Amino acid sequence: MEIAADRFYTSTIGKKAVMAASGCVLFLFVVGHLIGNLQIYEGPEKLNHYAVLLRSMPALLWSVRAILLLMLALHVWSSVQLAVRNIDARPTGYVKKKATQSSYASRTMYWSGPIILAFVVYHLLDFTFGNLNPHFEEGNVYANVVASFRVIPVSAFYIVAMLLLAMHLYHGLWSMFQSLGFYHPRYTPVLKRSAAVIAILIAAGNISIPVSVMAGIVR
Amino acid sequence: MRLVLHVWRQKNPGSRGRMVRYEAGDVNPDMSMLELLDVINEGLMVKGEEPIAFEHDCREGICGSCGFMINGIAHGPLPASTVCQLTMRHFKDGQELYLEPWRAKAFPVIKDLVVDRGAFDRIISAGGFISVPTGSAPDGNAIPVPKEDADRAMDAAACIGCGACVAACPNASAALFTGAKIAHLGLLPQGQPERHERALRMVTQFNRENFGSCTNIGECEAVCPKEIKLEVIARMNHDFIQASRLRR
Ligand code: FES
Repeated sequence: MEIAADRFYTSTIGKKAVMAASGCVLFLFVVGHLIGNLQIYEGPEKLNHYAVLLRSMPALLWSVRAILLLMLALHVWSSVQLAVRNIDARPTGYVKKKATQSSYASRTMYWSGPIILAFVVYHLLDFTFGNLNPHFEEGNVYANVVASFRVIPVSAFYIVAMLLLAMHLYHGLWSMFQSLGFYHPRYTPVLKRSAAVIAILIAAGNISIPVSVMAGIVR
Repeated sequence: MRLVLHVWRQKNPGSRGRMVRYEAGDVNPDMSMLELLDVINEGLMVKGEEPIAFEHDCREGICGSCGFMINGIAHGPLPASTVCQLTMRHFKDGQELYLEPWRAKAFPVIKDLVVDRGAFDRIISAGGFISVPTGSAPDGNAIPVPKEDADRAMDAAACIGCGACVAACPNASAALFTGAKIAHLGLLPQGQPERHERALRMVTQFNRENFGSCTNIGECEAVCPKEIKLEVIARMNHDFIQASRLRR
């Protein structure tokens, strides 16, 4: 049987590879973002100075933003295409269906992903553009963060989003290796465990900030 | 022992099916799932009703003909076995069992518990082979194969094409099946000349058959009667990505 093979991105495997690679870049951003923002514990001067520093290099800042936006677009677009395909692949469901060994995180990626995206939009409007932050002061990052996190629903949404991010990262971080063709009976279990540890550390680091504000440690 | 069965009954591909309840009293615990269906069918035929259609051949777990969902798990609750190997002693007296056919757009129901798995055959014919001159038998040890590779190829070759992986996958993906075939041939020296071509063609065919994509969840691995591992999917991804890169 003569068939012309699909081009890379047309295939399901190509799309998953794109999701893995773009997801990896987004993950690196999440790490950098966390490390930068932990400077909140060193006081307003340090954090605000860091913000000024980032804005003092507009060319670099905007290239990074452009790359992140592109990666986000690729990640979301590929996942939407695959999700549509996957829903279509089982038009009639089961009366009974039991999950046997898959993790909760892995089965809920299509939920955690969109919620995290909604959070990112909110987060930008809150801290970067300030539209949603009634006490927004251009350039005073520290004060903006404290003002926002004093509002309990805001902190709660932030914490929930970070828990979902942890779940998303837990599955994504090891799964990207599988999607790109790496599996080893010895190293893949190590990858899975490391993914869990990294996901928890990132969520803990991010969640500590609203918790500290609400507890009055950061004010 | 006594069992209550809820079985998917569907006359033909076009008709609407439904779950029908059957009671089986006096079940011998040593019977297999298929033998229980045989007994129920005898009763149905005596009553002049249509027997429950299901696929079977070897009845010893090697042909891959049989298979359906039992209480939401492909091939039932016993790991590493097919429904023909599943004996009734694994269930509790009085338990209710829900028997449903594999559900996937690529596996349309033909009748009751029987689905059309022709999509698997088309994936195989797209590239699940090696080209060799036929006629005289080749010298057995002409091409040395490292023991490790032979073992891993054998593990992948254990796939019987039953379709449980597709049935268990939330995305109805055929990744485990296609990966097993690609790994089985690609691990051996005889499979090298067509290795990239094979990955490209088999994956393309798998995508054209309305199967979903793999999301690395691992439900397939858990229900596979031959315990094929997710490793074969990574290998398929690897071969496909490399083949796409090297392609002119
Ligand atoms: S009938 Fe052959 S595997 Fe079950």
